[in-house]
Amino acid sequence: MSIGIEHYLTVAAMLFVIGIFGIFLNRKNIIVILMSIELMLLAVNINMVAFSSYLGDLAGQIFTLFILTVAAAEAAIGLAILVVFYRNRGSIDVADVNVMKG
Amino acid sequence: MPTIILFAPLVGALLAGFGWRVMGERNAQYLTTGLLLLAALLSWIVFFRQYESAEIIPIMRWVESGSLNVDWAIRMDRLTQIMLVVVTTVSSLVHMYSLAYMEDDPQWNEGENYKARFFAYLSFFTFTMLMLVTADNLLQMFFGWEGVGVASYLLIGFYYKKPSANAAAIKAFVVNRIGDFGFALGIFGLFLMTDSIGFDVIFGQGSALAETRLNFLGMDFAAVEIITFLLFIGAMGKSAQLFLHTWLPDAMEGPTPVSALIHAATMVTAGVFLVARMSPIFEYAPGTLIFVTVIGASTAFVAASIGLVQNDIKRVIAYSTMSQLGYMFAAAGVGVYQVAMFHLFTHAFFKALLFLGAGSVITAMHHEQDMRNYGALRKKIPYTFWAMMIGTLAITGVGIPLTYFGFSGFFSKDAIIESTFAAGTAAGSFAFWMLVIAAAMTAFYSWRLMFMTFYGEAKGDKHTHDHAHESPIEMLIPLGVLALGAVFSGVLGYSYFFGEAVGEWFGTSVYINHETNTVLEAAHNVPVWVRFSPTIAMLIGSLTAWLFYVAKPGLPAALAKRNHGLYQFLLNKWYFDELYNAIFVKPALKLGRFLWKKGDGSMIDGGLNGLAMGIIPWLTRLAGRWQSGYVFTYALAMILGVGALITWFMFTRGTL
Repeated sequence: MSIGIEHYLTVAAMLFVIGIFGIFLNRKNIIVILMSIELMLLAVNINMVAFSSYLGDLAGQIFTLFILTVAAAEAAIGLAILVVFYRNRGSIDVADVNVMKG
Repeated sequence: MPTIILFAPLVGALLAGFGWRVMGERNAQYLTTGLLLLAALLSWIVFFRQYESAEIIPIMRWVESGSLNVDWAIRMDRLTQIMLVVVTTVSSLVHMYSLAYMEDDPQWNEGENYKARFFAYLSFFTFTMLMLVTADNLLQMFFGWEGVGVASYLLIGFYYKKPSANAAAIKAFVVNRIGDFGFALGIFGLFLMTDSIGFDVIFGQGSALAETRLNFLGMDFAAVEIITFLLFIGAMGKSAQLFLHTWLPDAMEGPTPVSALIHAATMVTAGVFLVARMSPIFEYAPGTLIFVTVIGASTAFVAASIGLVQNDIKRVIAYSTMSQLGYMFAAAGVGVYQVAMFHLFTHAFFKALLFLGAGSVITAMHHEQDMRNYGALRKKIPYTFWAMMIGTLAITGVGIPLTYFGFSGFFSKDAIIESTFAAGTAAGSFAFWMLVIAAAMTAFYSWRLMFMTFYGEAKGDKHTHDHAHESPIEMLIPLGVLALGAVFSGVLGYSYFFGEAVGEWFGTSVYINHETNTVLEAAHNVPVWVRFSPTIAMLIGSLTAWLFYVAKPGLPAALAKRNHGLYQFLLNKWYFDELYNAIFVKPALKLGRFLWKKGDGSMIDGGLNGLAMGIIPWLTRLAGRWQSGYVFTYALAMILGVGALITWFMFTRGTL
């Protein structure tokens, strides 16, 4: 059985959905949310690379590199925000992060 | 001159109604009375003119809309002349009578002003009535028609402190509304068919209308039948004919001069006038004319039978009026409009006389109206007694058949009865027998009224009887003038209304289709027993009344006991009011209550309250729960929204 593009897409879709559910079902830790976001970005990356190889167009892989860069930066900033947040509130429980509520 | 006649009452009404504070109540009363006397004088001058064809006196342009062009104009012809004389004469006498009658009314306290208002209403009524009779087109007539309705409402409800007067006023207005609806539909129908509502145009279209078919309520009729039928519905309402008559007896709640003017002499005869005025098209509607005859004759019979047992003096006369109006319609129905006008003319005199006489009795007896508390008043109020006596002789139709000796009612009523016989149709002979029986009953109730009031022993409150006094001169003069009319109007008018001069005298104002309608000629050649029949019926009725109320006063009570069912049936006016209550009023009330409680209370108010206090807070709570402040909730909403958008986009490809 040869590995076709649909297998890649299926794996990417699974990862994406796992990422989404990670955000919703997680009631504990904000770090898990960050991880879930990373997971969704990776799923997108897999899609990009799969299509890039399938269509023979390098632009997709170049974009993937950009996304990885942005994701790294985002993770760094997100973790930094978390550290500050923890210093202020003494907790990184998701349940405590509801100050936006009117 | 007709213009002055028409506007004098209006000027009087406006000045008295709005200006009495300036000129004082007394002056307002004299002003309106004076203007009415002027109008009456001019009317009599105009009355003796002879118009070859109708003279149109334009006053102003009124309505111009598309093909509807209506002028406000006075139409002078014989019918208008007759009505002018009747209306202004009775009205001026009633004004004069009211000067004394309304002087101190127990309905009002010391210092309350009501007299100027009363006179303003009376004059306003006279103006609208004159508008009605001088109309040159149906719109003008409708204006007058509604105007007298308003004036009648105001005057019936004049004693507005009495709830029963207010109820009677509303009843009169509402019942008339049913008739007016028919009248309005008839006008619409005429405009639809002839594209005009001017009399000159309509009258030329009679035969054409008879050939046109019109679909009404899913049935196919000759256009003229429907139009005349609808117009007659209007006439039935205004003239208190059977089925639309229930308002007239209740209208007696108004002051007595009002009853004499509006509910005896003028307004209620407007229906008869309408039929006579519309004779050029009624002549082509044999079906409607049969209906008119049957309704008229039935009304005459039913009303007279109710009048037999009523105890309120004004109600007896009210039913008598209704009955006499039935006579007029029966005459119009068999095609002798001139005779209908004849009876209208004589009736105006003797009925106004009876009403004003009754008013005089009522004031003499300190506003007691129940005849069972009267008796033996002949010596106490002799002038009133003689006036009432003449009125009674006139209404019962006393006279010697085959000669020219008789009171006014003798000529006009006999002319009607002979005409119905001469018609020779089934409806005609039905009307003939009904009217003869009604004539006997007329004699009975009229004499019963006389005997109970003026003869026998004094009954009721002794104190009231001791203080019974003759009315002042302002009230006696109108009685005298009307008595003259009641005696002589018949014998003087006979030749013009019914005899040899009728054709020339009426000119073109009344149209008779001589090919189909020869009743007027035939009425002069009826068998002798027919000519005697109303007189014999009158004698029977009078003798029965004498037997019951003078010879053997115990007899009526015994008879009422023996025929308890019939007595109750008549006393309760054939249960028309109860019937209408059950059929119309109660369901309407029920529907109203349903719409009020359920429709307004539960549905509209309940709906709004439910929405505002139930559903909206529930929605807010729901929406509030979404605003949790947690990131994941917002993310979920976002994802769901994106999912929904994408799904929609995929299935529809962006097109709606």
